[in-house]
Amino acid sequence: MNSTVFAPWDDPDQKPLIRFRNVTKKFGEFVAIDNLTLDIYEREFFALLGPSGCGKTTMMRMLAGFETPTSGQIELNGQNIAPVPPNKRAVNMMFQSYALFPHLTVWDNIAFGLKREGMEAGKLKARVEEMLRLTRLERFAKRKPHQISGGQRQRVALARSLAKAPTLLLLDEPLGALDAKLRQDTQFELMDIQEKTGTTFVIVTHDQEEAMTVASRVAVMDEGRIMQVATPDRIYEMPNSVYVADFIGDVNIIEGRATPLEEGQVRIDWAEAQPPLFATTSARFDAGQTCYLAIRPEKILITADQPQSNDNALRGKVVDIAYLGNLSTYHVALADGTIIKAQTANTRRIARRTFTWEDEVWLSWTATAGVLLDR
Amino acid sequence: MRLSWFNVVSLTLGFAFLYIPMVILVIFSFNESKLVTVWAGFSTKWYGELLQNEAFLDAAWVTIRVAVFSSTLATILGTMAAYVLVRGGRFMGRTLFSGMIYAPLVMPEVITGLSLLLLFIGIGLDRGVLTIVLAHTTFAMCYVSVVVSSRLVTFDRSLEEAALDLGCSPMQAFRLVTLPIIAPAVISGWLLAFTLSLDDLVIASFTTGPSATTLPIKIFSAVRLGVSPEINALSTIMIGIVTVGVISASLVSKQAMVRQRREEQAAARAQ
Amino acid sequence: MRRLVLILVPYAWLLALFLVPFIIVVKISLSDVALARPPYLPQFDWAEGIGAFLSELDFENFVFLTTDSLYWKAYLSSLTIALVSTLITLCIGYPIAYGMARAPEEWRPTLMMLIILPFWTSFLIRVYAWMGILSSEGFLNQFLLWIGVIDQPLTILNTNSAVYIGIVYTYLPFMVLPIYAALDRLDGSLIETAEDLGCSRLSAFWLVTIPLSRNGIIAGCFLVFIPALGEFVIPSLLGGSDTLMIGKVLWEEFFSNRDWPVASAVAVVLLLILVVPIVLFQRNQQKQAEAEG
Repeated sequence: MNSTVFAPWDDPDQKPLIRFRNVTKKFGEFVAIDNLTLDIYEREFFALLGPSGCGKTTMMRMLAGFETPTSGQIELNGQNIAPVPPNKRAVNMMFQSYALFPHLTVWDNIAFGLKREGMEAGKLKARVEEMLRLTRLERFAKRKPHQISGGQRQRVALARSLAKAPTLLLLDEPLGALDAKLRQDTQFELMDIQEKTGTTFVIVTHDQEEAMTVASRVAVMDEGRIMQVATPDRIYEMPNSVYVADFIGDVNIIEGRATPLEEGQVRIDWAEAQPPLFATTSARFDAGQTCYLAIRPEKILITADQPQSNDNALRGKVVDIAYLGNLSTYHVALADGTIIKAQTANTRRIARRTFTWEDEVWLSWTATAGVLLDR
Repeated sequence: MRLSWFNVVSLTLGFAFLYIPMVILVIFSFNESKLVTVWAGFSTKWYGELLQNEAFLDAAWVTIRVAVFSSTLATILGTMAAYVLVRGGRFMGRTLFSGMIYAPLVMPEVITGLSLLLLFIGIGLDRGVLTIVLAHTTFAMCYVSVVVSSRLVTFDRSLEEAALDLGCSPMQAFRLVTLPIIAPAVISGWLLAFTLSLDDLVIASFTTGPSATTLPIKIFSAVRLGVSPEINALSTIMIGIVTVGVISASLVSKQAMVRQRREEQAAARAQ
Repeated sequence: MRRLVLILVPYAWLLALFLVPFIIVVKISLSDVALARPPYLPQFDWAEGIGAFLSELDFENFVFLTTDSLYWKAYLSSLTIALVSTLITLCIGYPIAYGMARAPEEWRPTLMMLIILPFWTSFLIRVYAWMGILSSEGFLNQFLLWIGVIDQPLTILNTNSAVYIGIVYTYLPFMVLPIYAALDRLDGSLIETAEDLGCSRLSAFWLVTIPLSRNGIIAGCFLVFIPALGEFVIPSLLGGSDTLMIGKVLWEEFFSNRDWPVASAVAVVLLLILVVPIVLFQRNQQKQAEAEG
């Protein structure tokens, strides 16, 4: 392993900063977290991603100390944190609503946690100013929260939770309240600040793009369980289930029956009148096993003539075109009615586009382009 | 929106109905004559006589003392009760507790008064200022807790959690974050408790003894015999204080709201 | 621990000064009148034990309430007066609330303040103000004589009419505020939609505005009816000697006749009557709160 790459999760000697051990959390009959085990390492920017109600916020609130696990154990630096109340934890949280104190100025909001520590005045002032500088808020120190814009409020909340230099910073949908443009800028700013301070960040989000942008690793959650934990590129390129593949980005899922061939090749018979598809996989499939081929639209080549060399080729008719500016997505209907999405980059102006509605086209991709999944 | 003639008429008549009796009351407090219904020229002599009337002044003093003590006590207890109702979670007897908070609001005063009197006699407590304070605190705390809990319900809970997260003990979080933010509700709760106490005739009549006569009791016994210009003068003073208070309170809060909105707009524009 | 203190202090206060007194009232209503001080028997005595104490209690006072026509007439007339004055208040209050909700945006805070202002002024003074107006030489009679509608002063003060006027006047804000709140929330485009779909203005009012302000109407009616039922000050200042209202009867039973057990029984029955509207009111409020979610 190259030592310059940040990947403590691959290093068996690294001790995790946070360790969830078989944690279950129930609210009455409802199981919010279901027997979950997870390690998060120091200096990581870790994203919990999932639809609302998947349990990601509950995990964060357990880390902050506002909820306690029903069973199992959460360790921070090897210590069980269950008995430590939230005000005694070296963990700070940035709330979704920001939770800025409306009766205090920006300066006092940032100083709030430091004052509780009883930090002496000179040091406190220096620390608050450092935080103001870090978040570019020097000019707004004397303002009250309602006197600044949404983006500035977000930065005050960040500065306030970072001021105490926590070992772990929790961010609950930190960019949810910002508009799209501001959100993108702020994502990079967040990464920048995380890198500068070296704090471990755990972010909760339902926005997959946001998770992919900022995180060093992403955990995709569903109904209280973790479906997959991996780096963003692995999550995207090598999802371990149809759920993950479908949750992250756009994907075509083709269900069929597997027939293993030699050298990790698998033949997929999926429809009566359609030619079989071929995929390469390292996983073992039994003959006749149900399998799912997940193939991203941008991996599919769309051509007018039958391609010569690709492993898989299907014929269909363009039924819909979604023009996205830099990309176009073609919805191609096969003879049996199946719709396959294919994407091409718009390197030419729209008037000279190659395909239009009702055109007969060929779709093709290599055996390694898709991922073959068993669930 | 344009007002139709029907709306104009109903508003005019409605507010006339509400205010004409009080206007007449105020006008005739400046009447020269002892007869309250016949105008005999302008005079402020009834105010002079009122200020000479020791019985009224004593009663006013008792009333104010009772009101200050009971409203302060009621505010403390009512705020605690509101906190318990909104944030207390589940505990034994919660339903009974919320029932006891809401019941006094709809309980006829005669029953509240009677029951408290029977209690005070039962435990042998001498009736006087103390018993009125106890009685007023009990029913006023329910009003305070309704006012404060309606504010607490809309209070963003994550503010308290943020305070805990930043190292506050629960007590500090309440003192440094919750209390300053709900302060306007607590203050209006206090004012409500204060006026309820100033105003109360029935409960005070039941729970007082010969040693303490409050202003409403005094007024009641005076007006039973008929209308008197002195009472008009007294009423005018009371109406005046309330009017000035309510108007200035609403001006202050309106100004604060306007300023806040302007600043928010400015902040949004500056972005 | 802190939480326990926080709960216990107001809890204990209300138990001691609200619930316990109430139990005492129930208990005394089951006791016998005696010429002692306190004027009722039996008094609780630990030595004799609770069994002996309980055996002395009976429903005699409640039986007495049914035999003396004064009481059931008083209950009945209280109910009538409360009901009729609630309806009158509704008829007067609804147009006011409607006018307020339709008034220009910048007037509304002022109108709102004008409605709330009487809330803060002394109840007693507001009732007293009518004494000077309604008396035979009062302003109302002077005015009516002057415009020539009547030639003999009407007797209004010390009659039931004066009680109606007093109740309507003092409780009007309680009616206007919830209705105004309901109308204020009402989306104006709904009425426009109704008119667009062929309603006349009047039928749009009946079919849309009234049903959508129903919760406000119900809340306002209960807020007037419940306190009016147990009213004491208004009947005793504006009503006549023949005005029967249960609050006044209770007061006189207690202070004039010094019959504590009967006064307590009167109170218990009044409360039993009140339980129905109070429970209905609570249910209405809850439903509304849920609807607003």
